[in-house]
Amino acid sequence: MKRRGLSGGLPLAPYSLWALLFILVPLLFVAYYAFTDNSFHFTLENITRFFTATSNVAGDDGVTREVYTYLLIFGRSLKLAVISTVICLLMGYPAAYIIARAPARTQRVMITLIMIPMWMNFLIRTYAWMTILQDTGILNGILGLLHLGQVHIIGTESAVVIGMVYDYFPYMILPIYSVMAKMDVKLLEAARDLGCGSFSVLRRVIFPLSLPGVVSGIIMVLIPSISTFYISQKLGNGKFYLIGDAIESQYSANNLHFAAAMAFILMVVLLVCMAFMQRFADRRAAV
Amino acid sequence: MKPAAKIYTALILLFLFAPIAILLVFSFNEAKSLSVFSGFSFYWYEELLRDSETLKSVKNTLLLALSAAAISTVMGTAAAVGMEKLRSKFLRAAMDTVTNIPMINPDIITGISLMLMFVFVGRLFGLATSLSFWTMLIAHVTFCLPYVILQVLPKLRQMDHSLPEAAMDLGCTPMGAFLKVTIPEIMPGIVTGLIMAFTLSLDDFVISYFTAGNGFQTLPIRIYNMTKKTVTPKMYALATIIFFVILALLLITNLSDKDGDIADKV
Repeated sequence: MKRRGLSGGLPLAPYSLWALLFILVPLLFVAYYAFTDNSFHFTLENITRFFTATSNVAGDDGVTREVYTYLLIFGRSLKLAVISTVICLLMGYPAAYIIARAPARTQRVMITLIMIPMWMNFLIRTYAWMTILQDTGILNGILGLLHLGQVHIIGTESAVVIGMVYDYFPYMILPIYSVMAKMDVKLLEAARDLGCGSFSVLRRVIFPLSLPGVVSGIIMVLIPSISTFYISQKLGNGKFYLIGDAIESQYSANNLHFAAAMAFILMVVLLVCMAFMQRFADRRAAV
Repeated sequence: MKPAAKIYTALILLFLFAPIAILLVFSFNEAKSLSVFSGFSFYWYEELLRDSETLKSVKNTLLLALSAAAISTVMGTAAAVGMEKLRSKFLRAAMDTVTNIPMINPDIITGISLMLMFVFVGRLFGLATSLSFWTMLIAHVTFCLPYVILQVLPKLRQMDHSLPEAAMDLGCTPMGAFLKVTIPEIMPGIVTGLIMAFTLSLDDFVISYFTAGNGFQTLPIRIYNMTKKTVTPKMYALATIIFFVILALLLITNLSDKDGDIADKV
């Protein structure tokens, strides 16, 4: 039977036009700028610059080496983002499990508590970590009072990872929790009745069922941490230049074409990663 | 909960709230330091109220967030209604994919892509600077829209479609049936979408940073400019006020409705 009522085309029209003009066309502009020079003639220079530009960097041993500037930056972004995502997953998975098994009232309170820091402006959150981790900061103050010696964290890769984990941790816990809370408890009981131990229930029932939540958690942490440009400025003392910083500084210097080229490369890499992860999740779900 | 589970959740909460607690405490610091507490005072709150630039940015942020939330809620709800009626599988998949783009793309790419287009179009018209309140509004509506659509669409799919048909059999016009039957049915989704759009817009820094004009400063951009120099507890006073406003909003929306399943909201 044909459905009556308002037709679909009319209400969809404004959004379709908006999405075309402000979602799709801008992405074409990224590609357009990435492959043109300042007078908008076609060039591959911006892309090749990303892969071939070199600079001299003093290593920890004091020896200066020539390195591929942007490949190094990109590799570092990838490394720190992956480390942060793994830490978020290891911390968040058990927490999501615990919350999902708690009484309804406790779940409500816990999820609200976890969401609160998310709505706190992320610049302020990151800055607060700077005052904690500074050499004369709060952490060293507490360690000093306890006579535990001093630590130097600010300006290291660890500080950047701490900032990323802190800022994006809720994005890991929430989707995993959401999937686990909706899981049918009868399945777990059935697995136990059929002789599964606690660990095999976790490995063979809970984990496969929670995989969609894990995948969206990973995507939601990996993407902002790979592209951040504030955390590294504040907690890495500007020493740990990430791809986001590189894009931002080219934008500030008004080198829009090179900024676009880096954004374009980042976008392509992320698309490939995501297609791969989605494939993996689908295959696991199909088994 | 088992004791081990209790300890673990307590540690997680400690990790999440320690920086916020520090920030709350130091907003009352008498001195300028952010790491040594020397005495209790409201000095930095008074300073904040005297800082006209920050107050102006709060006003700007609210204006922008309210406009962006209103526009994206109306357009997004209409879009969800249209998308739900699409019969063509291809069109459905195409609309879903396009809607996902702003959510999956890193903010920096959404920001850069819009900025490049604004700058290019501005140059075509010979403008020195094309970035303004309006470009920011376009950007904010763009990243809010998918969240509204994804809140409204499931409500439309769950809805009993014989209800608007019954209304029309009883003499309602299609528009009347939509306004009197469909809208009230999907209202919870619309409200959640509106709140999400509003809070996302309030909190956004990255996309605003790339699409903001010189004259128009929002609160996150103001905070960014403040943290470029040495920060005083004034910024923490600001953060404390924001914290309590958010706390109140979240408590009202999350804890008040007892029937809703919180797992559906996250």
